[in-house]
Amino acid sequence: MKWIVKRMIKAAITVYVVLTFTFFLIRMMPGNPIERAIQEYMMQGIPEYQARNMVSTIFQLDLSTPVIEQYIQYLGNLARGTLGKSLTLAGTPVITLISYALPWTVFVLSVSILASFLLGILTGVAMAYKRRSILDNVALTLSTVLTAVPNYIFAMFALFALAFIWPIFPKMGAYDIAITPGFTPEFIFSVLYYASLPFLTYVATTVGGWALYMRGSTIDVLGEDYVMAAEARGLSSRRVMMSYVGRNAILPLFTSLTIGMGYIFGGSVLIETIFVYPGIGYLLSVAVSRRDYTIMQACFLLTTITVVLANLFTDILYSKLDPRIRLE
Amino acid sequence: MERRFSNISETAKSTLRTAGGVIKAIASTKKGAIGLSLSAFFFSMATIGPIVAPIDLKYVNPSDFYLPPSLEHPLGTDYFGKDVLRLIILGSREVLSIGVLAALITLSIALIAGLSSGFIGGWVDAALTTAMDITLTIPAFPLLLVLVALFRGASGILFMAAILSVNAWAGLARAIRSRVLGIKEREFVEAAKCLGLGNLHLIFREILPNLMGYIVIILITGVTGAIYAEVALFTLGVAPYSQANWGVMLNMALMHAGAVTSARYANLLAPALFIALLQIGLVSLSSSLEQYINPRLREEE
Repeated sequence: MKWIVKRMIKAAITVYVVLTFTFFLIRMMPGNPIERAIQEYMMQGIPEYQARNMVSTIFQLDLSTPVIEQYIQYLGNLARGTLGKSLTLAGTPVITLISYALPWTVFVLSVSILASFLLGILTGVAMAYKRRSILDNVALTLSTVLTAVPNYIFAMFALFALAFIWPIFPKMGAYDIAITPGFTPEFIFSVLYYASLPFLTYVATTVGGWALYMRGSTIDVLGEDYVMAAEARGLSSRRVMMSYVGRNAILPLFTSLTIGMGYIFGGSVLIETIFVYPGIGYLLSVAVSRRDYTIMQACFLLTTITVVLANLFTDILYSKLDPRIRLE
Repeated sequence: MERRFSNISETAKSTLRTAGGVIKAIASTKKGAIGLSLSAFFFSMATIGPIVAPIDLKYVNPSDFYLPPSLEHPLGTDYFGKDVLRLIILGSREVLSIGVLAALITLSIALIAGLSSGFIGGWVDAALTTAMDITLTIPAFPLLLVLVALFRGASGILFMAAILSVNAWAGLARAIRSRVLGIKEREFVEAAKCLGLGNLHLIFREILPNLMGYIVIILITGVTGAIYAEVALFTLGVAPYSQANWGVMLNMALMHAGAVTSARYANLLAPALFIALLQIGLVSLSSSLEQYINPRLREEE
């Protein structure tokens, strides 16, 4: 219990540090986005006080107050879920854009991470049990290559091969726009179909890492005395593999899962841009190219918070699997 | 004083001998041979490549636009009629120099943080470990994207390299920290401590030499990570414009020629293949080096 509380405190500190860092970066930097936005309005012939008021509403900060007060306003806004308005899409609240985008990313990524983790673990165990077999050698080479190739490069190859040369999958989007969104089998099928290439990219570029890690971990566990003892007691090899080897070999992978989460979520910016998939990564990359700082800030904060929550979830799962944690 | 100098040249000689031995050992494995030859290939491409196959960056010729691959242009030409292969060769120079420079900066930060964390311990360790954990949690690529967008005035190789180290140090520092903790408990460090040798001696003569192998691996890992992020930033078109960089080429191919969705411009995707090969080479090299250093992994080959 204490362990989980510690993790929660760490998660809260991480979110707080990122919030503060983002605020001061956007507010305090010389030539910062707020000053720049005011200047741009003034260049359009708007008087300074009016330009200041307009930028104040966009960023939801009272620019006439001292920075510390603005910081408190900013934290209060975030607590209420107010993220300001878009700089470039006149008047659109950022929270609306985020609420459309975030579900797509969370959907594809949670399915991909789960599939990749499970597939990697199974492959890793199989490789460790059949060490130096053809299966092991092929899987080793394939894992190394797939882990080395950057995910956005894989995405380009996948798009070129599977959406153009052999047009099996759609090139862009999250669902067929001819279908009305709703809980119909047609729509669900369309969503899954359109998610195929992003899903393939996430899984293919991460599964090798899990497989290699699980293989090494399983080989370590296979050398332990308790495995030999379990075999000597005449337990079925299936039972030994599941409850003695597998269960213990998985544990070290959880630490990597938490680190991997940030990498995979970060990679979504690239993957979603290449597949024009309307998630939060795509929103961020569009915001960056339009220099829309309010959207940028919100996307960055929400991606971080999502990763922190995902990590917390992983930690809770980990504590359920590893009894040593519960005793601490 | 003189003895010291001869000592240094002695050390240099033995270091070179060890390096030669390591390379020979690595080259004898399949993975190591692939890693070494690919790395050597890209190294010579970046150093002597642009001299052997120079390119005029100002060249524009409408009759040469988007030529398909031919003997004269093995990878065809781009939207200005420039030879794609020559552009890739010149681009490797920037890709690799930013990668190596970023890895060096990252490594220096990681070494300082990892060594102080592992060696000093106490509250320094607690503070640095928390900093590492927080940095590792923040999604790396979005942070880079936001930073590059904010500093839109700045440009240059050093700027890019510095930006890329902002979060890359944390993972490496953590790896160094755990190595230092392992070495600190070993007998020879205990012995040096008992002899009353200072902390500087402990760090530079006892701990660092034992980390050398890992430092090389960490450096290669750093280059791999920096190249991933650097090319990605250029591909998205957010990094400051550069004349010849693989990421810029990919950006132009994707956004302007629509290379991914037309067979006609497929040759513009050639940089993607080179990035994949470069990363495969670097990863194979570092992984076979790891197998060489860690005998527990060596039995695999």
